[in-house]
Amino acid sequence: MTLLRLALRNLVGAGLRTALNVLVLALAFLAIVASLGLLEGMNQQTSRAMLEVEYGGGQYWHPVYDPYDPLTLEEAHGPLPASLQALVGGGEAEPILIIQGTMYPEGRLRPVLLKGIDPEQTALTLPAHVLAEGADDPEEIPILLGSRMAESTGLGPGDFVTLQWRDVNGTIDARDARVAEVMSTPVQSVDMNQAWLPLSRLQEMAGMPGEATLLVLAREPARSGPSLPSVATSDGWVLQTTNDLLADVRNLVRAKRVGASIVYALLVFLAMIAIFDTQVLAIFHRKREIGTIMALGMTRPRIVALFVLEGVLQGVMAIAVGILLGAPLLWRFSQVGWRLSEKADSYGYALGDTLYPVYDPGVLLQTGILLLLVTALVSWLPTRKISSLTPTEALRGRAA
Amino acid sequence: MEELERGMDGILIETRGLTKRYPMGEGEIVALQDVSLTFRKGEFSGIVGPSGSGKTTLLNIMGSLDTPTEGTARVLGHQVESLPHGDAAELRSRHIGFIFQTFCLLQFYTVFENVEFPLLLLGMPARERRKAVIEALERVGLADRAGSKPHQLSGGQSQRVAISRAIVKDPKLVLADEPTANLDAENSHNIIQTMERLNRDLGTTFIFSTHDDKVIRYLRRTIRLEDGRVVGDAASGPAADGADAFGGPAGDAEGTP
Repeated sequence: MTLLRLALRNLVGAGLRTALNVLVLALAFLAIVASLGLLEGMNQQTSRAMLEVEYGGGQYWHPVYDPYDPLTLEEAHGPLPASLQALVGGGEAEPILIIQGTMYPEGRLRPVLLKGIDPEQTALTLPAHVLAEGADDPEEIPILLGSRMAESTGLGPGDFVTLQWRDVNGTIDARDARVAEVMSTPVQSVDMNQAWLPLSRLQEMAGMPGEATLLVLAREPARSGPSLPSVATSDGWVLQTTNDLLADVRNLVRAKRVGASIVYALLVFLAMIAIFDTQVLAIFHRKREIGTIMALGMTRPRIVALFVLEGVLQGVMAIAVGILLGAPLLWRFSQVGWRLSEKADSYGYALGDTLYPVYDPGVLLQTGILLLLVTALVSWLPTRKISSLTPTEALRGRAA
Repeated sequence: MEELERGMDGILIETRGLTKRYPMGEGEIVALQDVSLTFRKGEFSGIVGPSGSGKTTLLNIMGSLDTPTEGTARVLGHQVESLPHGDAAELRSRHIGFIFQTFCLLQFYTVFENVEFPLLLLGMPARERRKAVIEALERVGLADRAGSKPHQLSGGQSQRVAISRAIVKDPKLVLADEPTANLDAENSHNIIQTMERLNRDLGTTFIFSTHDDKVIRYLRRTIRLEDGRVVGDAASGPAADGADAFGGPAGDAEGTP
């Protein structure tokens, strides 16, 4: 308590020097928290969008389906096993059929994935309901395109475009399709080079009635709920949990974090230079003061503790100042978000046009603790000089 | 401590064959050489001599701020030459007050906080601390400047704050190193009179290092150092006309008059 009181007195007495150190530390703290918030926002926003638009509560994949290998699509279809069919019947899952095809917008050839989805489905937030109109009309095929696909092909609602595909027997067929709607979605993987069709229509076109490539679960299964069909009871269809499906997103964010951590390290380093510099100067400039308090009876370990405490208190003040001054700013930032440029859409993150930062209290706490620990270390390093200082040397203001 | 003092016939400090050498380049400087002295409770004594005669070194060793190269120094029952740093700090904290030539006030602290500092180290409760600080400041006539910062004080006032800080914990011993060196004549008289009064009123032992004649006139015992050796030790000042002022024969230094 005595040390705390003395440390506070010294810091208040140092005035401008303390204020500048605290300001630099607070800015570093704020910058770290703000950028961590952006990364966490990116993680949550991308994950949420992917789950809502593409992954649902998890998926079952046909045994040979590999989304990274289009060649598997030729074989990646089949009737749903009874155990999975039961999920569809119970409204807990939606089947999706994927085949390869070709689109000819304005006479140009464009390879596409044709994806069949039930217009009545509710598992995903895709506006599949627009496919209901004309779904049973043998004369036209309604298709749903993403805005990126529409832009790159020059197609809009009501436009017709020729589709070509091979059915299950390898027979090539082609027909005109009508663009029922253009959807705007942050998720590129349901947009670029894809066309969504009514499931029953695609099954009929491909000669694959009742077949699917994957099954989207409507909800993420509760940990304590009834267990989902295993690989053994689902004829080899493989359950992909949301964790499995989001692994790529998380890896991307993790890679970003590694890059960002270099910037944090730089920020912390700059802030710590201020503290280190202050401490080194203090040891030399306050040498006579150290000698005086030694003469008055303070032990060297307590003097070291006093100096370290002064450094740590600057860290505490910086965090307090950072929170007080930064909280309104960060809150506003989290509401307004960070407007992303159009280029950001091509980076592969399903972020939409605005990134909303998310500030996790745990991350705030970790950052604060890290800052305090580093501050304590940096405050302590120069004070080792004090350990070799005798009172008479200190009183004379001489180097140790 | 009282028991110790009684057992030692009121002796607070006893040095035997004290020698201090400092390395200097390839050679060394002998700051003190074979100094044997005894100081008793209640003394108002001074170590005098020219600059470089070893006064401050002797004072530092007696204050446990430094250790001798050879010889022994028994201070308030502790052997300074073998005293661990922590114990030396404890000894200073509890029983020894220091007054320095340059005042050595803590610049960020108010007068009150400067005087309070030694009591904080002793862990004294706030109420007692406040009472003791006010009392110590009243003794030096600076109670009304308790809220001032050191830079707002004159040299004389600063030294009186230093005296107040030295006596606030009611120490057995106050060591004053050239306390008037930075003061004008009037302030020097005031300071030395203040300390003499405290010595008389509180019974605190004061030992000075000085070459200031204005201070020497007030001393009741004068120990003269030259080139690190004791060359004189005698009762002095106004009380020296008769027996020495501290109850014993003048000239406690062995081998000196």
